[in-house]
Amino acid sequence: MTDLSLKHHLPDSLLAAYSAGALPEAFSLVVATHVSLCDQCRAAIASHEAVGGAVLEDIGQVSVDDNSLAATMARIKADGRLAAKPARPAARSIFPSPLVEYVKGGPENVRWRRVGAGVKQAILPCDGNATARLLYIPAGAAMPDHSHRGLELTLVLQGAFADEVDRFQRGDVEVGTEDLTHTPIAEAGLPCICLAATDAPLKFKGLLPRIVQPFFRI
Amino acid sequence: MSLVLTHATRSRALPHPAVLMHAIGDGNKAPVANPKTTPDPWTTCLIEFKQTQDAQRFADLFGHFAPRVKAFLMKSGASAALAEETTQEALATVWQKAHLFDPSMASASTWIYTIVRNKRIDAIRKQRRPEPEDLPWGTEAPQSSEEILAVSDEQAELRRCIAELPLAQRQMIERAYFGDLSHYEIAEVTGLPLGTIKSRIRLGLERLRYELKKSRE
Repeated sequence: MTDLSLKHHLPDSLLAAYSAGALPEAFSLVVATHVSLCDQCRAAIASHEAVGGAVLEDIGQVSVDDNSLAATMARIKADGRLAAKPARPAARSIFPSPLVEYVKGGPENVRWRRVGAGVKQAILPCDGNATARLLYIPAGAAMPDHSHRGLELTLVLQGAFADEVDRFQRGDVEVGTEDLTHTPIAEAGLPCICLAATDAPLKFKGLLPRIVQPFFRI
Repeated sequence: MSLVLTHATRSRALPHPAVLMHAIGDGNKAPVANPKTTPDPWTTCLIEFKQTQDAQRFADLFGHFAPRVKAFLMKSGASAALAEETTQEALATVWQKAHLFDPSMASASTWIYTIVRNKRIDAIRKQRRPEPEDLPWGTEAPQSSEEILAVSDEQAELRRCIAELPLAQRQMIERAYFGDLSHYEIAEVTGLPLGTIKSRIRLGLERLRYELKKSRE
């Protein structure tokens, strides 16, 4: 289920941070969803995890309780064997399984809220100091001009968008940092659906979006 | 003959010394200097446990890994009591998920690290941990011994390289994996001159990419 035309990957530092378990949940969700579509980043994560394996091996030892093994065996008996995660429910869904778990289904199960100009969004429940949301941008429509105070990751799941930086299609991730101000425009064809995560509220250039921002949390 | 061809193809695509050595040892039975024919003992033990569900094998794994997992969790900020409980949970998961262990992708210590990391996020940070979709071919794909050896070999090399790093750099890496550093700090760390381990990571990466590509063909 990987796409060879995938062009915009996650930066290695984010893959390292994901492997170390250092990302806020919202960013982890974007990474896990991208990696479900991208073997290159999956391999990079596996190689960073090998560093974690080496750290674990050489960390030293702390004695476990005397009954530790027996208590572990009791847990195993109580829980039984864990099955593999269920495969993607609808094989044709545009949502890879990490996202399905958050939406509790496919695109048809998303509870969209209108944010104007045909654009819709749905906030996904994530703990920590970053938020994740799904964006729905009708073909040909533009997102308001915005820049970023923190880090923003935007992963395309359907359709494509283009901005001042490049063109992004299914599986591609755009990494927005403080020095990026952009106006993403969805391409003609299918509506563009993206998963976006950020650790700071977006800053909009126009007056109106700044007024509505507190209401819509965009 | 076909076996030799396979090795030759692999070697061209991916000249890993362990693969080459193994191919030579395999092909003509001649004694090779330091021929390595088995992966590290704990990967071997976990493979055996996966195949047999033998409680003694599990007890061996527990004896080796549980005290390390507990040390790891305490260095990550868990109290002794929470670390003990989370260690038991993690090792229980090792038993329950052993059938999913793929030694051509990770050594035993790396695979167990990923379980411990997820338990740490769950128990200490109280957050969910989104995981990538399972690979479509699952764990049914046959794993050749030289792939498993290559993983084990890379892991040993990686450990050696980390051990040889200057203390400050090694501690920085450890802190990152204990969850002490933010991703912004990790981005700065990966800019450090961690040359030797970077090139080791690179080597593993090339092989893994090749593995994934091959298994999808």
